[in-house]
Amino acid sequence: MGGRDKPGHDELGIGAGFQRLALQAIAFYLLAVVTVAAGFLVVSARNPVHSVLFLILAFFSAAGLFVLMGAEFLAMLLVVVYVGAVAVLFLFVVMMLDVDFAALRQGFARYMPIGGLIAGVLAVEMVVVATTVANTGAAAANDAPLPATDVTNAEAIGRVLYTDYVYFFQAAGLVLLVAMIGAIVLTLRHKPTVRRQVIADQVARSPRTGMRVVQIKPGQGIEE
Amino acid sequence: MIGLPNYLAVAAILFTIGVFGIFVNRKNIIVILMSIELILLAVNINLVAFSVYLHDVVGQIFAMFVLTVAAAEAAVGLAILVTFFRNRGDIAVDDASVMKG
Repeated sequence: MGGRDKPGHDELGIGAGFQRLALQAIAFYLLAVVTVAAGFLVVSARNPVHSVLFLILAFFSAAGLFVLMGAEFLAMLLVVVYVGAVAVLFLFVVMMLDVDFAALRQGFARYMPIGGLIAGVLAVEMVVVATTVANTGAAAANDAPLPATDVTNAEAIGRVLYTDYVYFFQAAGLVLLVAMIGAIVLTLRHKPTVRRQVIADQVARSPRTGMRVVQIKPGQGIEE
Repeated sequence: MIGLPNYLAVAAILFTIGVFGIFVNRKNIIVILMSIELILLAVNINLVAFSVYLHDVVGQIFAMFVLTVAAAEAAVGLAILVTFFRNRGDIAVDDASVMKG
């Protein structure tokens, strides 16, 4: 989108500026096609492991789109959080569960027509709105390029996030904490066969309960 | 010239693919969760595109919050899935009516 262009970039000449725009267009179309294709393969792949890998590819290409738009910090966040954590979590679960995935695909052909119809209507509607809204209304009001500043994307986000939105930021942390505790509580289980150390019982032991004096009569031994 | 409509179109197509994935993979809850991730990614692309277009960084901050909630949702969803699989030995969500009655 060129929102972060320096105003003096036309000094390079019209040819160089045009070349830069063409390069931007090539990068956009490449990343967009890869994102959409990977997204489609996520929902249509036979093997769920392949689905997860295509999900990683989709997120990676979307991060490239974010960089192209000038939102570098969010792009890096997408790579770290999604490719590094969420996708790997999916991969772990898919590989851990021993499920017959062929049986789960039974309804695929049956729901294809209705799903395709609804998806087609939805796509046409949204693309029409997206391509027409930009030329009219409030969105067209502010098309001037951003004045050049030394503030990076991450710094600009930080300046707003830690001041105006600090309570939202804390609430986001709370959401993550609750999610973490919830996931642990859901998956934690105590097996009755596993013997664990019980600290309270150990501390509550006294010499009287911990020791037994046995009087052995001569010649009899201990019967137990 | 690549502008706002191009990014909005990509986001719209990605959103549609997510909805389509939920429809066609009705039994496979893992793919349904991945479709929800795709939908949230489409929403994030929209937020960032408008944020850059309107020169207002607040859109990117909300995209961050969406990212946070999506990560939490994936973690809890997969935890529920693992527990469900332990109890039933299967993840077919058509049978997920054991809490009924």
